[in-house]
Amino acid sequence: MTTRSIKIGFTTVMIIVVFLFGMVLPLSAAGPQKNLILATTTSTQDTGLLDILIPAFEKKTGYFVKTIAVGSGQAMAMGQKGEADVLLVHSPEAEVKFMAEGSGVNRLLVMHNDFVVVGPAADPAAIKGSKTSPEAFQKIAAAGAPFLSRGDNSGTHAKEKGVWKAAGLNPEGQKWYQQTGLGMGQTLNVAAEKKGYTLADRGTWLALQKNLGLPILMAGDPILLNIYHVIQVNPAKWPKVNADGAKVFSDFMVSADVQKIIGTFGVEKFGSPLFFPDAGKKEDALGK
Amino acid sequence: MDLIVEGIKKAFFLIFTLDAEVLGITLLSLKVSGLATLISLVIGISAGTAVALSRFPGRQFVVSLINTGMGLPPVVVGLFVTIFLWRNGPLGFLEILYTPTAIILAQAVIATPIVTGITLAAIQHLPANLRLQILALGATRLQMLWLLVKEARLPLLAAVMAGFGGVISEVGASIMVGGNIKGYSRVLTTATVMETGRGNFDIAIALSVILMLLAFCINAILTHIQQRERPR
Amino acid sequence: MTAEIQAEILLKVEDLLVQRGGVTVLDISGLEVFQGQVLSLIGPNGAGKSTLMLTLAALLKPVRGNLFFRGERIADGGFAYRRRIAMVFQEPLLFDTTVFENVAAGLKIRGVRRGEINRTVPGYLEHFGIGHLAKRSARKLSGGEAQRTSLARAFVTRPEIVFLDEPFSALDPPTREALTGDLERILRETHTTAIASTHDQTEALRLADRIAVVNEGRIVQIGPVTEVMNRPVDEFVASFVGVETVLPGRVLRTSDGVFVAAVEGGEIQAVGHVRTGEGVLCCIRPEHVTLSTNTPFSESSARNVFSGTIRKITPLGLFHRVHLNCGFDLVSYVTRQSLEDLALAEGKVVTASFKATAVHVIPRRD
Repeated sequence: MTTRSIKIGFTTVMIIVVFLFGMVLPLSAAGPQKNLILATTTSTQDTGLLDILIPAFEKKTGYFVKTIAVGSGQAMAMGQKGEADVLLVHSPEAEVKFMAEGSGVNRLLVMHNDFVVVGPAADPAAIKGSKTSPEAFQKIAAAGAPFLSRGDNSGTHAKEKGVWKAAGLNPEGQKWYQQTGLGMGQTLNVAAEKKGYTLADRGTWLALQKNLGLPILMAGDPILLNIYHVIQVNPAKWPKVNADGAKVFSDFMVSADVQKIIGTFGVEKFGSPLFFPDAGKKEDALGK
Repeated sequence: MDLIVEGIKKAFFLIFTLDAEVLGITLLSLKVSGLATLISLVIGISAGTAVALSRFPGRQFVVSLINTGMGLPPVVVGLFVTIFLWRNGPLGFLEILYTPTAIILAQAVIATPIVTGITLAAIQHLPANLRLQILALGATRLQMLWLLVKEARLPLLAAVMAGFGGVISEVGASIMVGGNIKGYSRVLTTATVMETGRGNFDIAIALSVILMLLAFCINAILTHIQQRERPR
Repeated sequence: MTAEIQAEILLKVEDLLVQRGGVTVLDISGLEVFQGQVLSLIGPNGAGKSTLMLTLAALLKPVRGNLFFRGERIADGGFAYRRRIAMVFQEPLLFDTTVFENVAAGLKIRGVRRGEINRTVPGYLEHFGIGHLAKRSARKLSGGEAQRTSLARAFVTRPEIVFLDEPFSALDPPTREALTGDLERILRETHTTAIASTHDQTEALRLADRIAVVNEGRIVQIGPVTEVMNRPVDEFVASFVGVETVLPGRVLRTSDGVFVAAVEGGEIQAVGHVRTGEGVLCCIRPEHVTLSTNTPFSESSARNVFSGTIRKITPLGLFHRVHLNCGFDLVSYVTRQSLEDLALAEGKVVTASFKATAVHVIPRRD
């Protein structure tokens, strides 16, 4: 094979490939200016709330929203790298750091739900009746009962670690403490399978509880509040972000209409709402 | 057990009622994996044939690279393609992250070494003098390449099946670069993972059944073509 | 045999040097192939016969040298030239399809229309004895059938030169015999120019008009068949060729398995199944030729007795090679003892005899 024929062959192949890719572009068509990358968490997506809100947003504003549902850690990392335009997350400590380092602007309170401690109906560690969640966790540790952690740096995982810290315990490495590295729904299923305890957001638990067999054993502790904020990624730091779209989305999430939708979401299906709308409130006023 | 039966029942229900969302996901899976396989065939068969027929310094190294590429973990491909396609990455200007195009790109990267490696082996396996005999029959270089590829068509069909099979079932890279966006970049595999994560096992099983049926049908057709030609 | 002086030079080689991996494998200062003639390349394994064939067919590029076809230099890859020739290899190298499609391959490559292909191919299938196999898959052929297909494929494009690289070496003797016969017939009928390489002397003698002896990348001797056989230029050729007396002749009369052939300068008695008027080559090994100085000679069973003059005596270690002129060239081996006993010397007249059974007869249509 001469070099010349290799060059010709290579060029021909590349032309064919580019042509084939070109055939593909219509599949991906949705003008770049109207694209909005929303980084959020799997648990948020799994509640189904976004399946209602996003289409409504797209219809109203004409934006095409790419909802990338990953763990909280990854969502914020995307924001830090300017690979997302707006974040909808629920990891307050990490969010504060995020704002402090200048990665985000305009952090707005959207809604909250809470976390609940669930476990087997038999409750081997006898945590029912505990006054606070750290107390419940201490009882679980004492009994050496199986505890399933998400272990994936998600908002839920961060919350759980906070409770252990408040209880003065470090469960890492203990045999009864198992980290699944999975999403909330899957972790709940694993806990049900292994008859263990876990910390879950109420929304996901409500969606699954019918077949789960893991009743709520402890809830209501203020620590367990799961607070959602919408944050726009700082366009000064990352000029390529769709700053306008992010602002529109942010405004949308705290608008009265949307807040009403949030407040009634889940009532039909589960009897009680999954979320509590909080736009405009002060953070410490929550949960009371 | 009942879960699986439930899943299978749900699968047929979704198929027969032509459930819009499932139909959309299935068609997208076919389009994306089909195109990716096609691209990998164009590049793979050309490159494989070229390397098989050439002698150049460092050829053995190139062949080792191809063989290593055959076993490349798809998830690794997904990670690297994502990094390249990031807004601030080298190919960010293309703005194709979180689109079906990105999935096709990642899947093509996964399938191409497979097709190249199998083609390379198939062409090298042809009788050494066949190339000369074809030239002696008065063939142009292009005719010669075409005739050689035709002679190797049985193993090349295996390459098609291997390439397609590898990408229709791929999930890691597809989630990373596609974003699993509803109605846009969601394919059978990524939807299955999501439904499993949500605990909707029946839907997850249904999607898996549909995926396997799809893969089976396509491979059945390709196998029929291949075995029709089998030496008796 | 055609007088070569009048025949056109179809293919000519000048100053050819071919290397493989830096090592010289062919070094040929000149070679000519004449129109309508068969040139046989013979030589030991590794001599470079195949390399030479590939180079002459423009399938291998020489480091140095020129190839001329009908007087014009073959250039830029030789594609146009290759369209006018054909080559058959030791392995049939058929395509994975039917016999018919295989034979049609060369025509398809040249863009010949289906209609014409369907008209041309069946004739060639018949001619090569595979008409009944037209629809058979190439995978299901015997060695002989496959090689017939390869031959038909080569001839169907009406090549101006056919290259045959040991085409029958891989076949068993009876098949080889049958195919050699068929090939000979077709070459004669179509007056196709051919270059055939072989190990087998009989094959060479049967097909060739000229023989080139190849050794270590060089042509050691080239010339008409009888010349190379009867007058090998050196030890190597002589030992490689082995038969030293080859006499073309025609059968005059036969009786009971014994026949008389008229050769230039005399008549020879031999055994064989031949018909009157048939062309034959009579090959006599030097070991079988006995010399004596008796005239008249004593009774012996040798039916071929000739009087001849010694042209030349060459010492060959344990024995001597004696070239005689008996009206035709005859070579004999004698021991040193015999040489002295008979006081053999150049110019001396002696009696040479050999049995009818010592004559190896090769049928040859001319």
